[in-house]
Amino acid sequence: MRMASQVTMQSAPARTASESRSLRRRGGWGERAIELSIRAVALLSIAAILLILVFVGKEALPLLTSSDVHREVTFGSLFAPLKEAGGSAYTWQPVSEVPKYNVWPLIVGSVKVTLVSLVFAVPLSVGAAVYVSEYARPRVREIVKPAIELLAGVPSVVVGFFALVVLATWVQDTFGTEHRLNALVAGIGLSFAIVPIIFSVSEDALRAVPGSYREAALAMGSTRAQTVLRVVLPAAGPGIAASFVLGFGRAIGETMIVVIASGNAALLDANIGRSARTITATIAQELGEVVVGSAHYDVLFALGGMLFVATFVVNFVGERIVHGMRRRLGTTS
Amino acid sequence: MTAAVSPRASTLVGKIRHGDRALATLSAAAVVVILAMLAIIVLDVVRGGARTISWEFVSSPPRDGMTAGGVFPAIFGTVAMTLLMTVAAVPAGVATAIYLTEYASMQSPVARLVRVCVANLAGVPSIVFGLFGLGFFISTVGRGIDRFAYGGQSVYGKPCLLWSSLTLAILTLPVVVVATEEAIRSVPREQREASLALGATRLQTIFRVILPEALGGILTGTILAVSRGAGEVAPILFTGVAYYLPQLPTNLNDPFMSLGYHVYVLATQSPDVEKTKPLLYGTALVLLVLTFLLNLIAIWIRSRSRRRARAGV
Repeated sequence: MRMASQVTMQSAPARTASESRSLRRRGGWGERAIELSIRAVALLSIAAILLILVFVGKEALPLLTSSDVHREVTFGSLFAPLKEAGGSAYTWQPVSEVPKYNVWPLIVGSVKVTLVSLVFAVPLSVGAAVYVSEYARPRVREIVKPAIELLAGVPSVVVGFFALVVLATWVQDTFGTEHRLNALVAGIGLSFAIVPIIFSVSEDALRAVPGSYREAALAMGSTRAQTVLRVVLPAAGPGIAASFVLGFGRAIGETMIVVIASGNAALLDANIGRSARTITATIAQELGEVVVGSAHYDVLFALGGMLFVATFVVNFVGERIVHGMRRRLGTTS
Repeated sequence: MTAAVSPRASTLVGKIRHGDRALATLSAAAVVVILAMLAIIVLDVVRGGARTISWEFVSSPPRDGMTAGGVFPAIFGTVAMTLLMTVAAVPAGVATAIYLTEYASMQSPVARLVRVCVANLAGVPSIVFGLFGLGFFISTVGRGIDRFAYGGQSVYGKPCLLWSSLTLAILTLPVVVVATEEAIRSVPREQREASLALGATRLQTIFRVILPEALGGILTGTILAVSRGAGEVAPILFTGVAYYLPQLPTNLNDPFMSLGYHVYVLATQSPDVEKTKPLLYGTALVLLVLTFLLNLIAIWIRSRSRRRARAGV
């Protein structure tokens, strides 16, 4: 698809300067105004990213500057072990006599749930991508791809609800977990949400591998499986790695599934059978009840800001990998 | 050589065949599991919700502390919110796609930055959009309007329909941009050139030749955006949604109820889960049917317009 526009561009210099100037002048002032507004609106997405950064950051800023807030919490103390006697040194308990802000239980909760979801989603998604791009007949592909898109279309709150009433019971009966709602339930629920993205990025990567690679491997006597495992998958490797990265970014930012299904107890605990509280669920549950401008409010915005920066970096890295791979394989679209 | 295959060679062939089939079977199994995941979640919600769904359920407000009655206000709120969102997101998304395909050259640093931002906007966690909506639209824009136009009265500086819709519009912008861009790119170059050669201006070419041709893609993007927006909860948590309202929202600055939020609250804050379960399933089913219908329509339109593009019509 992109080829067509590249051809247009390559032929552009062939037009003489005066010709292209006259083409541009052809419209009147009204037309110029509309064109200008199209260009202006196009900058909206840049503005949106900047505004998110500025305004989430602005509400979090008192955490760095305000001495009022510092009496309760500082940016550094979010990560430092608590000194007060009694209880764990890593406690998230913002609503108590002495508010305790330690973010490690939340970070561990987010990472725990995300890793569980990747463990379930990665083999399924990559397997399905291999099948669809290497084995499936076109007819099958035309059914499977929309079906997986449809899975992406299930609202996350519905997935969360399903995890709450169906998955949680099943997980407890099967694994005998300590808490009914836990990181395992939330992670499995989350895998519903990230299978589509990992699948589609992996499948794109596999299909970006030129047919000549496969033909060469088959011509040298490889079987289909050898071709896939030793030629196609390595060639598409970066793209598939990128799909994990993008899936990770999607999972760590997901809110509604984990807030419903994870149990929400902030425990610093590697056990996936126990309740977990993620960064996103913390914001969703606590922001509605805090006083605007309080230390707690600022801390929640700081958590959101960190989440934003983390997913931005993760997504950026993922996109770069995909681009790099495509350029190397010479398939731009 | 063909005449006598040694026993060793034949077992090797057997092993290879075996491995070959194993990979095909395993990867097919992955597809089956994913399809089963989709089927299980859909069937469970349909089975659980079918008993609750009735005309009364979709047309009347909740009663008896959310244990009886219907979800009409939540349906109304969801529709109002997504309509407003569409009005904001679609023109902006289409304009961005036009800029990227028709005005900017591939090497333009601005266009590349726009592309990076669109891609990253799609990856911003939805809860961060909620924080942004609160920090920007409500605390800054809304309060600003109140200060200048209403003498400090709280009219727009509070959670309401308008701010939720605009927050969602930014969240769904990438969906519209990506679908529209693909559609515009698939319009044959000859059509552009023919239009320009006939003396049309660039803008006339865009509005009379390219956009009509790309309409299917724009529609697909719009529907997908609506479906995405209708199901989102995290961005509207702090920007306008309410658990229960006796009246339907009539103004832009009214709070509203939404299906997704209704599911969330019933699922997490109900004192008696067994009693609200039928209502919960019913609400989830209405939401699922709404988003699925939209998705199916989008998939159908897209596959039709892709097939037409391939056929060169």
